[in-house]
Amino acid sequence: MSRRAESGAGGRVPKIRAEHLRKTFDGKVVLDDIDFSVAEGESLVIVGPSGTGKSVLLKHLIGLIRPDSGKLFVDGRDFWALSNTEQTAVRKKFGMSFQEGALFDSMSVFDNVAFPLRRSGRPPAEVRERVRVCLDMVHLPNVERKRPSELSGGMRRRVGFARAISHEPEILLFDEPNTGLDPIMTDVIDEVILELKERLDVTIVTITHHMASARKIGDRVALLHGGKLLYQATPEEFLRSDDPAVRQFVQGSADGPLTVEFDRERKTATSEGA
Amino acid sequence: MRFFEAIGRMVLRLLEELGRFFQMFGRTAGWSVRPPYDVPEHFRQMVRVGVDSIPVVFLTTLFTGMVLALQTFNGFARFHAESLVGSVVALSLTRELAPVLTALMVTGRVGSAMAAELGTMRVTEQIDALTALGTEPVQYLVVPRVAASILMMPLLVILGDAIGIYGGYLVAVQLLGANPVTYIENSFRFLEVSDVTSGIVKAAVFGLIFSLVACVRGYFTEGGAEGVGRSTTRAVVSGSLAILFADFFLTKLLF
Repeated sequence: MSRRAESGAGGRVPKIRAEHLRKTFDGKVVLDDIDFSVAEGESLVIVGPSGTGKSVLLKHLIGLIRPDSGKLFVDGRDFWALSNTEQTAVRKKFGMSFQEGALFDSMSVFDNVAFPLRRSGRPPAEVRERVRVCLDMVHLPNVERKRPSELSGGMRRRVGFARAISHEPEILLFDEPNTGLDPIMTDVIDEVILELKERLDVTIVTITHHMASARKIGDRVALLHGGKLLYQATPEEFLRSDDPAVRQFVQGSADGPLTVEFDRERKTATSEGA
Repeated sequence: MRFFEAIGRMVLRLLEELGRFFQMFGRTAGWSVRPPYDVPEHFRQMVRVGVDSIPVVFLTTLFTGMVLALQTFNGFARFHAESLVGSVVALSLTRELAPVLTALMVTGRVGSAMAAELGTMRVTEQIDALTALGTEPVQYLVVPRVAASILMMPLLVILGDAIGIYGGYLVAVQLLGANPVTYIENSFRFLEVSDVTSGIVKAAVFGLIFSLVACVRGYFTEGGAEGVGRSTTRAVVSGSLAILFADFFLTKLLF
């Protein structure tokens, strides 16, 4: 637990700041006192075992889920204190890529990427040009006319990226960008994220459970477990850390502090079953 | 004790459902007047609710009119009131049968599709994606569907009225040998404008009810493919029940 969240902010107003976020679903605590910030232009990667509420945390950052308590600041403004219209305006600063792409399957790839542009009333010629640029950026030329169902998993993710960047957001959120992809496609996706980071000069928050990806795209890596951010550090420090939870995650071992809870649940389940 | 618990849980669930329904009603009404107006989407939904339902409504009301003529003719013949068959067919169709049967058929056809579509969008995070892209999902998804249903249901019912009355005429004249001129005359003799308009008002309310129920079911879907299936079934069942409840109270209110 060497470095605290504040160290990432670097004195300026952080792009995103979460203060004591807490969220329960049906009495089960998913997030418990989450406290961190992301500086402008920084790339934060949040890692953790499956089912620890990583996606829930990411959805909190863009205001898709309202925390039970705690505050979310975007550019220093308290998100949940804003009016509906202002919240929508703040959300437009974000571009979010969802786990399976979450493409609108009733629309073509072109219409998907064009969606946020058309909704904000840009002229058709500009929309066409912008869609082309965005699809180029994720290395997907000549798919405009296709339907999402005709694309492979990796292509769908990248169309999702293109849609997320089309309205020129300041912050990009990636929810498990390479889960369920083959190792090569995983690396391709990481490359695309790195490229976007360099070319667009954006703040990035990524959720993943691939340590290799975290190391590649993160300026800072945080471990989420039991509803808390257990550890935050640069990728190198993270890999070298002797924190038992971090060690267990990095090494991918079944025994350790991260699985204690799982074991306990399993035991209760068996004893109840007997 | 468990019995009372079960009752309590049922009441709570019912209240929660009602709460969601009226909350969604308020949000839909609020968002319907705010720009941007997605005119093409409104037209797309009007085609799906209205134009695409014409064959179903055609067959439903045609056979209803036919069987109504057949039944009343047989019954009325017992006290020599065959001349009133046309009036009975016209009155019962315009006031009651065309609106209710059309609404039930459209609920099954369109309501289920709405719930399944929104439910799938929910479980595949497409609704979250809309919000993330700065678009209010209620405005983009629910408003056009509800508006199209309120608008198209009355038109379908007017069509249903005409086809049903024609079906009755067909059976009475062609099959049972009634005099065509007197049948038509009798059909419209006791029919008043208010009979037709009350049916149309009902149709609009039914349109609001089934589309809103379907959208609420779909919008709040939980739990993957199974959840979508559950939402779809519930949309049809609670939509149809709500229409039958509302029908009674509307009839009481309107006449």
